[in-house]
Amino acid sequence: MSDWYRDFANSSFGTTVTKQLGLPRPAVLRRYEPGQPLLPGPAVVGSAGDGRLRDTVSALLRDAGVHVQSPATADGATDGEKPAAVILDATGLRTPGDLVSAHDFLAPAIKRLRASGRVLILADPPGEADSPAQAAARQALDGLVRSIAKELRAGSTANLIYVPAGAEGSIASPVTFFLSGRSAYVDGQVMSVSAAELPAAEDDEQPLAGKVAVVTGAARGIGAAIAAVMARDGAHVVAVDISAAGDRLAEVANEIGGTALQLDITADDAPQRLIEHLRERHGGVDIVVHNAGITRDKLLVNMDAARWNSVMAVNLQAQLDITQALLDADGVLRDHARVVCVSSQSGIAGNRGQTNYAASKAGVIGMVRAWAPRFAERRATINAVAPGFIVTEMTARMPFGTREVGSRINSLQQGGLPVDVAETIAWLSQPGSAGVNGQTVRVCGQSMLGA
Amino acid sequence: MATTRSADVRRAAIVGGNRIPFARSNSAYAQASNQDMLTATLDGLIARFGLQGKRLGEVVAGAVLKHSRDFNLTRESVLGSRLSATTPAYDVQQACGTGLEAAILVANKIALGQIESGIAGGVDTTSDAPLAVGDDLRRVLISLNNAKTLQDRLKALARIRPGQLVPEIPRNAEPRTGLAMGDHAAITAKEWEIGREEQDELAVRSHSNMAAAYDRGFFDDLVTPFLGLARDNNLRPDSSVEKLATLKPVFGKGEGATMTAANSTPLTDGASAVLLASDEWAAEEGLPVLAHLVDAQTAAVDYVHGGEGLLMAPVYAMPVMLARNGLTLQDFDFYEIHEAFASTVLATLKAWEDPDFCKSKLGLDAPLGAIDRAKLNVNGSSLAAGHPFAATGGRIVAQLAKQLHEAGPGKRGLISICAAGGQGVVAILES
Ligand SMILES: NC(=O)c1ccc[n+]([C@@H]2O[C@H](COP(=O)([O-])OP(=O)(O)OC[C@H]3O[C@@H](n4cnc5c(N)ncnc54)[C@H](O)[C@@H]3O)[C@@H](O)[C@H]2O)c1
Repeated sequence: MSDWYRDFANSSFGTTVTKQLGLPRPAVLRRYEPGQPLLPGPAVVGSAGDGRLRDTVSALLRDAGVHVQSPATADGATDGEKPAAVILDATGLRTPGDLVSAHDFLAPAIKRLRASGRVLILADPPGEADSPAQAAARQALDGLVRSIAKELRAGSTANLIYVPAGAEGSIASPVTFFLSGRSAYVDGQVMSVSAAELPAAEDDEQPLAGKVAVVTGAARGIGAAIAAVMARDGAHVVAVDISAAGDRLAEVANEIGGTALQLDITADDAPQRLIEHLRERHGGVDIVVHNAGITRDKLLVNMDAARWNSVMAVNLQAQLDITQALLDADGVLRDHARVVCVSSQSGIAGNRGQTNYAASKAGVIGMVRAWAPRFAERRATINAVAPGFIVTEMTARMPFGTREVGSRINSLQQGGLPVDVAETIAWLSQPGSAGVNGQTVRVCGQSMLGA
Repeated sequence: MATTRSADVRRAAIVGGNRIPFARSNSAYAQASNQDMLTATLDGLIARFGLQGKRLGEVVAGAVLKHSRDFNLTRESVLGSRLSATTPAYDVQQACGTGLEAAILVANKIALGQIESGIAGGVDTTSDAPLAVGDDLRRVLISLNNAKTLQDRLKALARIRPGQLVPEIPRNAEPRTGLAMGDHAAITAKEWEIGREEQDELAVRSHSNMAAAYDRGFFDDLVTPFLGLARDNNLRPDSSVEKLATLKPVFGKGEGATMTAANSTPLTDGASAVLLASDEWAAEEGLPVLAHLVDAQTAAVDYVHGGEGLLMAPVYAMPVMLARNGLTLQDFDFYEIHEAFASTVLATLKAWEDPDFCKSKLGLDAPLGAIDRAKLNVNGSSLAAGHPFAATGGRIVAQLAKQLHEAGPGKRGLISICAAGGQGVVAILES
């Protein structure tokens, strides 16, 4: 799907026009491609106080072939190239007074940040602070990072990861994700990791090699992109959609070397049929992506039961029933299984005319949070992804004005692409993402809705 | 003399199938060619079983109505599909028996160990059917093509007469009798005293059985939509005996005519394909085995001079196959008798029940007997789906294999298909 405005604003004529009129100039985002280096330039790593993660992160970056720079000295001197990432280890924070050192590190570094740069802050969770002052300092980072994200330009993003004591071993996967092109449209987000047992190191190029992944709603849109990214990362994809979409589903499966399974996920026997299929054909499943979703918009006062029920059935009840059946079926959901549920920005911010949809999508967020401990017991994870404005056939049919406004009211000033949602889901599905559990990751370019 | 089955050949497994929804002539697939439909059907099968880039033992398919440019129809379809281009293919044609005959051919090669896997299929379009020109015009055109000078060309063109410009549209008629297949069936219906109401009842049951099967998702892994069609567009879930009773007969003459547009299959476009394999290959690929093809038999009758009905050959094939396998007609859990016409199904069953016929024509001491009608065409057949000639066999084989698989191991199913030219093909599947 083309973004005509972004392309125009980046043309030489468009640059002149948009500058003179003071119009936004949405950047062409740095997106992941296999074989790409983690970062297109060096990273600056600094800390506020005595951080415990700085060395781990620096080592991780060096392993990934990234040149690690020291922070600018007091007189502003720096060593060479402009950084592609600025990483602050804020685990040393004790009081709000310490925050000034965060400012001292970030300001000069961010000033020099390249286009499509990354700002990443690592901190302890406020809930585990020793004192109210420490909790305040940690929570302050939340406001700080969200504001930085809004100030950044040229496709750069800022995100925050809370790392509780004991969860240090879990950070490699999220840190790598947020620095890489996979997180192009994830901006202004705050997430937590937890302690988890990590499986043996995986193949960087094919992190999902040997995995069997089910993707529902895979015939088109975001689901088709998820299937493609999963296959690119090495998974065998079982692409699921309703039989009426079977021709496009077959095309998707053939394109990516996966298999097509025509199944209405709301059918009474859908969980059983899916489980039998997985058992018979693959002996089990590693990854399940609940992506299928529908909208049946109407103001609440005008909404009939059919609209309400169909949205609930597809968007929420089917996810619950299939997940429960997988948990109950002996040996089908394999060790280190990953379940990713597609929620929506509407589930966080609400949306006029979408009471049914927003309720179902908010329900998904509650569901993954509640299930996370059960999954952790099985060395598995369950997370949600909440897309913002994603450019698909569905949005292409929206009226021009609504679509243009919808796609611009975020910090990256553009709509996301299906691949952005897909990359986030593929990341959550990696064996190395064992420490990310019960989270809802927004893929919305830091949308102003529900922020 | 009755032959016996050789015990040391392995049985070919039926892994699964795919078809596109069948469409009445000149409707949804009016612009699609046989190659378009067969290729789409193969691609749906490939997606279902993850066969992208694979080299199979062979792909065998055919069409009854075929353009001369489609001389290599199946191979061309394979080349256009996602299979490896190194998968060999060939065309077969045995009228409405094509699809089942193709499955028998592939199964036999698997049984003999000559191949490990293969696809059998069939396709037909009555919308994009080849048009032939009359012999007179054909001769003029050939001499025009051979003419060297402008003058010769003009001379050749001058021989064209307006009457020659009307193309010969292929008809569903027997070359040796000039009778439409329906007219032949009407003769048999009259001979066997097949009533109007029982034909309409059979048609209604076919529609309601198939509609129910669609509704319960039975066809989810047997059909892939094509050109905007997700279900057979001949299917009438709300058809009733009362409604059908109002229709005028279209075949047969006068008072006794019973065959209408509803209890006869319409001209239809569509394609089907079945994946067959050795058990070993299926296991290696992690693919299911729905059923095995146990045995098959073809027969032909002399409908021109021999006094037998055009579509009665399966009646003759059946006792031969049953005897070879030590089975009676009642030893089956499902019967799939192709509904070319409701009257054909009913005449076939009646013949097997008739002691005189079984003795004089089939040489049997006792009739084959009646079957339990509740086991007949349980998920609908050709009266509901329609009948794209060469595609019907593949539809039935895949559908029956799935029924047997659902019913559990050790279940037996029987297929009976009549074909133009006085031929018939029957087969046994077992889960
Ligand atoms: N496009 C956006 O901007 C956006 C934003 C937020 C959330 N989402 C969510 O992302 C997901 C994918 O959205 P999309 O834009 O790609 O939508 P889409 O309509 O293009 O695709 C959804 C797919 O789900 C399938 N589906 C619907 N009901 C089904 C059922 N009962 N069984 C099996 N499959 C079924 C559809 O056939 C379709 O192929 C949905 O959950 C949607 O709510 C999308």
